[in-house]
Amino acid sequence: MAVAAAKQDALAARIAGLSFAPGGWLGAARAGALARLSAMGLPGKRDEYWRYTDPSTLTVAAAPKAALFKADDEPMTFHGIDRLKLVFVDGVFDPAQSDDPAMAGVEIERLGDAGARDIHWAQGLYGVLEARGQQPVERPLATLNSAFASDGVLIRATGKAARPVSLIYHHASEVSDAILHHCVKVEDGAEITILENGPAAARFNKVMEVEVAKGGRFHHIRSQGRDHERRAVTHIFARLAEGALFKSFTLTANGVLTRNEAVIELAGDDAVAHVAGAAVGDGNFHHDDTVFVTHAGQRCESRQVFKKVLKNGAVGVFQGKILVKQGAQKTDGYQISQSLLLDGDSQFLAKPELEIYADDVKCSHGSTSGAIDETALFYLRSRGVPMRQAQGLLVLAFLAEAIAEIEDEAIAEDIRARLEGWLARHDH
Amino acid sequence: MTGQKMLEIKNLHVKLEEEDKQILKGVNLSIGAGEVHAIMGPNGSGKSTLSYVLSGRDGYEVTDGSATLDGAELLEMEPEERAAAGLFLAFQYPVEIPGVGNMTFLRTALNAQRKARGEAEVSAGDFLKLVREKAKTLKIDADMLKRPVNVGFSGGEKKRNEILQMAMLEPRMCILDETDSGLDVDAMKLVSEGVNALRSAGRSFLVITHYQRLLDHIKPDVVHIMAAGRIIKTGGPELALEVENNGYADLLAEVV
Ligand SMILES: Nc1ncnc2c1ncn2[C@@H]1O[C@H](COP(=O)(O)OP(=O)(O)OP(=O)(O)O)[C@@H](O)[C@H]1O
Ligand SMILES: [Mg+2]
Repeated sequence: MAVAAAKQDALAARIAGLSFAPGGWLGAARAGALARLSAMGLPGKRDEYWRYTDPSTLTVAAAPKAALFKADDEPMTFHGIDRLKLVFVDGVFDPAQSDDPAMAGVEIERLGDAGARDIHWAQGLYGVLEARGQQPVERPLATLNSAFASDGVLIRATGKAARPVSLIYHHASEVSDAILHHCVKVEDGAEITILENGPAAARFNKVMEVEVAKGGRFHHIRSQGRDHERRAVTHIFARLAEGALFKSFTLTANGVLTRNEAVIELAGDDAVAHVAGAAVGDGNFHHDDTVFVTHAGQRCESRQVFKKVLKNGAVGVFQGKILVKQGAQKTDGYQISQSLLLDGDSQFLAKPELEIYADDVKCSHGSTSGAIDETALFYLRSRGVPMRQAQGLLVLAFLAEAIAEIEDEAIAEDIRARLEGWLARHDH
Repeated sequence: MTGQKMLEIKNLHVKLEEEDKQILKGVNLSIGAGEVHAIMGPNGSGKSTLSYVLSGRDGYEVTDGSATLDGAELLEMEPEERAAAGLFLAFQYPVEIPGVGNMTFLRTALNAQRKARGEAEVSAGDFLKLVREKAKTLKIDADMLKRPVNVGFSGGEKKRNEILQMAMLEPRMCILDETDSGLDVDAMKLVSEGVNALRSAGRSFLVITHYQRLLDHIKPDVVHIMAAGRIIKTGGPELALEVENNGYADLLAEVV
């Protein structure tokens, strides 16, 4: 398929300054990705899949400047959680700030070192799930990532990981343009929790490919916030075998532009995938959750729970699809996307979709947009709860269904505390 | 005998904010400390409106008159300030709040009121003990305490939950808006006992009801009849019996 010349030019400009080390299995995977990318070109705002979000600042050659995060009294997410820390500064792994990656039940390799080594399990994963995720909708920014990622980690869980693996991002340069690519393989019956947080770069492109084998359990809790001028595009590509569990929750606070895509394939029977997001935006905030769940196995369950609280002209987008393939009988699919608009200036755009080719399935989806419930607010105030506190309670209550997707109560509590902090700081 | 009244409503006129509709047309009512007053009256006469205006709900405009609690002008306070000052309304239709646990709600409310009055917060342990004890007497089980506020509660459970809040918050001026509607006979007894247990020299009640039965359990000192936005008659408990037996027709005829 010929790609318009303009798109080709844009792609050439975008990748002009990027390079990758050829050779080895990783070099081959990168070369393959580059070939696919060249055939696709970069996304433009005319593309249907980018109808609600303008990708131009994600695709221009140089990253737009973004002010650095200024530390304050507010603790960073997960600060009290016992975890194995891996730190990336502007998209480059920093061993000095990181913990020793040795941990029972888990193998961790740095992507930067992996190319030269024969890491068998990663070869079947790097760029592979991303490539599978290009059907039926193209996601060129993920392919760009596979071709040019500057660093990342390869994580293989072989048993029950003793502690969560925490990927911590630091933003050090106002013009940093980071591309990180992580692969996670959860072997049969193994279990791992991956945490992600911290301002990563002025512009951040991140891909995480997750393969969960039979009966494996994968938990992911991510917090995007504190870097107000962030531009980020992230993709999670997941594939689940029989009886596997995948749970991902994202808290997004502020950021000029954030597009989080999740592409999940329930390949085996009896697998469970839950993706959830709680986003809070004030002012110059554009947040886009784009989710594509494919049911191929039988008796699988999927849940998409996305909640956004928007004020002062913030914009929230949700594009969510459940595709039930022929033969995926007894599928249980659920999708809800809701926004709480704290004023008349904010906007929520939702495109929920169902496409079903099996006859014995249960699928539901709903999307709503509304203001704070005045009756509930009065009820709380009539019991003595001051206005601001009552509003805060109702905002947290609105987000509760998404936060409930976090299984670990200490982590959920930490996320609630971050949200309370945000609400207090963004009290008008 | 005079002393200060707990609640004093004078010539209260209220219209809807959005519409040109007058609902309260000069309500006068005064309740002394420790007294129990009942208000009866036909549907739509303005009983709930009076309770909402006293507790500070939006949507109403006071065009004339005043209402004071212990001498302080109520109508100028925010709803939360009225609560901290000791006013409590048991809603005719208690509100469901998905996502907010009943316990969190109770504790937040209690501590917010204490904070507003300059008192120390109640510790988690003391709170738990207190709420369990009060819930038990109202036959509210642990599950109901854990669930989101009023969500999935039956009509009667919601009303009992209102009384639980009242028992926890220990207000000085309690307004009960049709707390008896939707209650079965046993629940009516439970709720009445809950209310009677709170009766004291320093606490007053305004009980809005359609039925004499509740007043058999909660014996009022004074009964008022409200019609078309006014108190048209005030008397003793016998007035409630008269309504029960004859309806409102005779009373309405008297004033016209
Ligand atoms: N927000 C509102 N919008 C429109 N009409 C209202 C509003 N609030 C009250 N009213 C009207 O005011 C009148 C009094 O209502 P209110 O609820 O106070 O009556 P009530 O005496 O409590 O009746 P009931 O015994 O049925 O509970 C009714 O005609 C009602 O329809
Ligand atoms: Mg009423």
